[in-house]
Amino acid sequence: MNRYLLAEAWTRTLLLQDHNTRVVVIATTALGIAAGVIGSFTLLRRRALMGDALSHAMLPGIGLAFLAAPLIGWSEKSLPVLLAGACASGIVGTGTILFLRRYVRLNEDAVLGIVLSVFFGAGLAILGLVQQTSGGHAAGLESFIYGKTASITTTDAIGIGVTAVLTITFVGCLFKELTLLCFDEGFAAAKRFSTLGLDIGLMGMVIVITVVGLQAVGLILMIALLVIPASAARFWTTHVATMAWLSAAIAAVSCLVGALISASVPDLPSGAMIVLVAAAMFVVSISLGPQSGIFTRLADRRARLLPPPGVRRNPSAEDRVAGDRPEVGVGQTKDADRRYPGTAP
Amino acid sequence: MSDLPLSISGLTVAYQRKPVLWDIDIDIPPGSLVGVIGPNGAGKSTLLRACLGLIPVAAGEVRFFGQSYRQVDSRVAYVPQRESVDWDFPINAIDVVTMGLYRQIGWCRPVRKRHRETAREALQQVGLGELADRQINQLSGGQQQRVFLARALVQRADLYLMDEPLAAVDAATEQAIVGTLRSLRDAGKTAIVIHHDLPTVREYFDRVVLLNVRLLASGPVEEAFTDENLQQTYGGRLTLLDRATEAIARREIRT
Repeated sequence: MNRYLLAEAWTRTLLLQDHNTRVVVIATTALGIAAGVIGSFTLLRRRALMGDALSHAMLPGIGLAFLAAPLIGWSEKSLPVLLAGACASGIVGTGTILFLRRYVRLNEDAVLGIVLSVFFGAGLAILGLVQQTSGGHAAGLESFIYGKTASITTTDAIGIGVTAVLTITFVGCLFKELTLLCFDEGFAAAKRFSTLGLDIGLMGMVIVITVVGLQAVGLILMIALLVIPASAARFWTTHVATMAWLSAAIAAVSCLVGALISASVPDLPSGAMIVLVAAAMFVVSISLGPQSGIFTRLADRRARLLPPPGVRRNPSAEDRVAGDRPEVGVGQTKDADRRYPGTAP
Repeated sequence: MSDLPLSISGLTVAYQRKPVLWDIDIDIPPGSLVGVIGPNGAGKSTLLRACLGLIPVAAGEVRFFGQSYRQVDSRVAYVPQRESVDWDFPINAIDVVTMGLYRQIGWCRPVRKRHRETAREALQQVGLGELADRQINQLSGGQQQRVFLARALVQRADLYLMDEPLAAVDAATEQAIVGTLRSLRDAGKTAIVIHHDLPTVREYFDRVVLLNVRLLASGPVEEAFTDENLQQTYGGRLTLLDRATEAIARREIRT
């Protein structure tokens, strides 16, 4: 009997018969598409960790918005106010990172670590205070930290859908400009493309996606959606466009499956399930991906007795074009060894 | 005078109050191949980057064809140092070359087939026609440098600013690049090239700019590329750079 009920619950979830499940699944999938596309560019721009610092920096804003909402006549749990707070403190966090990086002599990773932990710590402190003063009122706030898809409403889903459309429009319109920015910032600036404007646009999209994704995956794990699918996609392709679409697909599937598992098994947090599904796809990608995947490299080495990609290959006959000679003798490359640092097997 | 491809007057650049370039005056006439020579840290790359407005300038003025850079940016092509980008980037050679056309294509507009055809021609011009669709990390260092050159050529500019295009390349690439530079000059174009290899300066360039924070000399090779100017430019560091040149310099100073 019990088993029968469980089976029925599963069927209802998997077939999306439940209105709530349907909303959650559509919303998280749209979130995955948006995060996967933007994540490709932040990864290529080497700003991946910036998204992590950004999402953590949103916590104090949520706490403060909760405290401030009644003062401006809103309900303290009103989502727009909380998300506006998250957004504001995320922007302050980003500004702090940019300021410290520019005017204080610190490494980028130190700056990110400091801002991330300090803002998150401040956020936890504020939430602690909030919980003491407002009793049980503040109970739902942790869902922003860990993610709780059950709390997603139809309105939220529409917000996420709009964000996904916005993201695809943004990237579709500025695809070549963003690619140029990520590949060769100096050349982009010399051709008078506004690199600052493009960077602000990119980080702005990260902020928007993180804010609408807070409820689904939570701020701790938001970075996973921005980094893991994009990293996995790199192992399958050598084109930025393919990478972006593939990353969107991987992220969307992770969200879909993760949300379904979380919806059908009580007490499994959705953010965690989404990350784990994404991680599984990442492991498959780094193993089997044709671009530097582990097994591809092994097979390559066996078949052709060549060093794995990443280590400079000796130009074989097919690599040479007419009149070209391998790099020996005159003008020998000094930097052949350091061009691909850290990729030796 | 206003038609000079590049005219720099009183250019000063500083990083945190330490001058990197001090009061530079250079005039480059059209149709010349100019080698920019100087020791490491002399500010050679900084000179190019400051001219293009990529870094803030403390003082001075830079005119391209008598106008500011923003007015004539389509007539100027820039080749950054090869090490300045990540060659593991997921992109193939022809797409990198197409980047030279992005300004011309304009914001938000897609790359069309004719743009790719133009890019393919430029790749053929530098001898890489067959490698157009290869991912850039599958290319040798010299081939990568030629991709950068093709990206500059595709812009059909009148002035080329190149940051060490001949550094660490194979002999075939060196010949291909030098040949391209000569045909640019024969077409009346101007190229300003940062160069490290002192023995080849006389062979490759018409004019030199000797730079070490200050400008030490600028002019035709015969007049400016003298042992005295070289000694001043490199100071005590000449020994580290090129023993052969130093030996010749010593002998000639004595006689």
